[in-house]
Amino acid sequence: MTTMPTKKGRSGRRLERNDRLVRLALLVVAFSAVSVLLVITVFIVGQGAPIMVRYGFKSFLAGTDWYPSEKLFGLWPMIVGSFYVTLGAMVIGVPLGLSCAIVLTEFSSKRVRSVIKPVVELLAGIPSVVYGFLGVVILVPFIRETFGGPGLSVLAAAIILGIMILPTVISISVDSLQAVPQTYREGSIALGATKWQTVRMVLLPAARSGIVASIILGMGRAVGETMAVIMVAGNAAALPRSLLAPVRTLTSNIALEMGYASGEHRQALFATGVILFIIIMVLNSAANVTASRLKGTKR
Amino acid sequence: MTRHRLACLALALGVAFFPGCRPRGSGNALTLAGSTSVQPFADKWAEVFMAEHPGTAVDVQGGGSSAGIQATKSGACDIGLSSRELKPDEKDLLEFVVARDGLAIIVHPSNPVRGLKAAELRQIFSGDLLSWKPLGGPDRPITVVTREEGSGTRGAFQEMVMGKTRIYSGAITEDSNGTVREIVAHDPAAVGFISLGLVNAQVRALALDGVPATDADILAGRYRLVRPFLFLRRAEPAGLAKEFIDFVLSVEGQALVAKEGLLPIR
Repeated sequence: MTTMPTKKGRSGRRLERNDRLVRLALLVVAFSAVSVLLVITVFIVGQGAPIMVRYGFKSFLAGTDWYPSEKLFGLWPMIVGSFYVTLGAMVIGVPLGLSCAIVLTEFSSKRVRSVIKPVVELLAGIPSVVYGFLGVVILVPFIRETFGGPGLSVLAAAIILGIMILPTVISISVDSLQAVPQTYREGSIALGATKWQTVRMVLLPAARSGIVASIILGMGRAVGETMAVIMVAGNAAALPRSLLAPVRTLTSNIALEMGYASGEHRQALFATGVILFIIIMVLNSAANVTASRLKGTKR
Repeated sequence: MTRHRLACLALALGVAFFPGCRPRGSGNALTLAGSTSVQPFADKWAEVFMAEHPGTAVDVQGGGSSAGIQATKSGACDIGLSSRELKPDEKDLLEFVVARDGLAIIVHPSNPVRGLKAAELRQIFSGDLLSWKPLGGPDRPITVVTREEGSGTRGAFQEMVMGKTRIYSGAITEDSNGTVREIVAHDPAAVGFISLGLVNAQVRALALDGVPATDADILAGRYRLVRPFLFLRRAEPAGLAKEFIDFVLSVEGQALVAKEGLLPIR
């Protein structure tokens, strides 16, 4: 640099200055993305926390009556509702997704994989309202006529969500199975293990952290999904007594009543948001921790 | 130079992302917001009004009765729309009854039950009466469909039918007249309530205490599930707002809603 002719040095300085400007601009843009999260957090907590303090955390978390017009803001049925629906989605989506991922990585030819993988990824691109619509038109009447009850139920929501989390579970599981070194497979086969034994005893344990992360991310999707759930779950703000009873999740509670809510009712919906926020944060951190552990074991 | 350009870009982005900065409330534009029950009829009024008054713009938005009341109070809209009576703490707004709407109790067309007593209706929605059998229907559990908390339609139903009794929390809850009708139209065991103007061939409206839900019975004051549709103002209407409200209350404006299935106020 110092030995450069003066002419070039000047243009070099200009380039350097441009570099600094661009870096600054990018920094501002990057931080604006982060600050959005900050603004959302501050806003939700600012709107939702006062009412939780006023009526007491316990009455919010453990109260079973949601009658905002009578100043009763018990969120327990919705917390349990979100839990049931998510659990149901896991029971349906995880075995399906995991077996699909295993087939794709270990038991199918490149050609089959090149057809199925994009199709699975396409599933993620279908808007949730379309899933909900299919649920209302096909699944709900089917459940009503086969098992009785109103059809709008925990079961319907769990099935729809189970399908919706498939792309998340499949694509991350596929990635983590593919990341297992080829030598593991070769070693296992060389020891006389069958293909299935290799999958069960070598690959799944090796890819465990990635698979767990995919399940947790799928769980996050299931907890956060709103539109499709509102359409098929029936949204009754009561503890569901069976798989065929209607159920309301935390997200549905907000979306359903936002339009008409005012005053404390509105604040109570923000409080619902605070609880949802906490749950999602816990899930995402859990996913991050397991994902970083995956990196640790693989080095 | 570059910094200057960046600043311009930032400013442009800022303006683009904050629609609130656009000029609003100029002399020939009017914003209405509120009840989704009133909205389709307000749209109709606005459409005809704008055709008759070229150069004016009447913008109708939804959001719900409570949101409309809030928006009127804060001045975010010129006229608020409400499908429920104002609560005591909202009474500082001026209200204009622009139409009335019947509330219909609807069931699946295949349901043999033709009418209910008010007490039976109350028992069904409080979760005390669980089967159609004692009402003369099939031996099936009743699917109760209600609206969400805060809805003007639910508020009207609560007030006129339930009184102090709670609508039970196990009832299926939907957030629009349309979805309630959709569910009742497909579930033979369902019962719900919607705006009378929205009853169609897919569902059947029940008689209440022996009085069928027809326009004639409502006008004669026999069918008692009737609620007002309100326009709300923060201050006495003037200028375009006054013109619009006068139009809505005129013979022409009222004839328009009668055609759409509402009850005119005269």
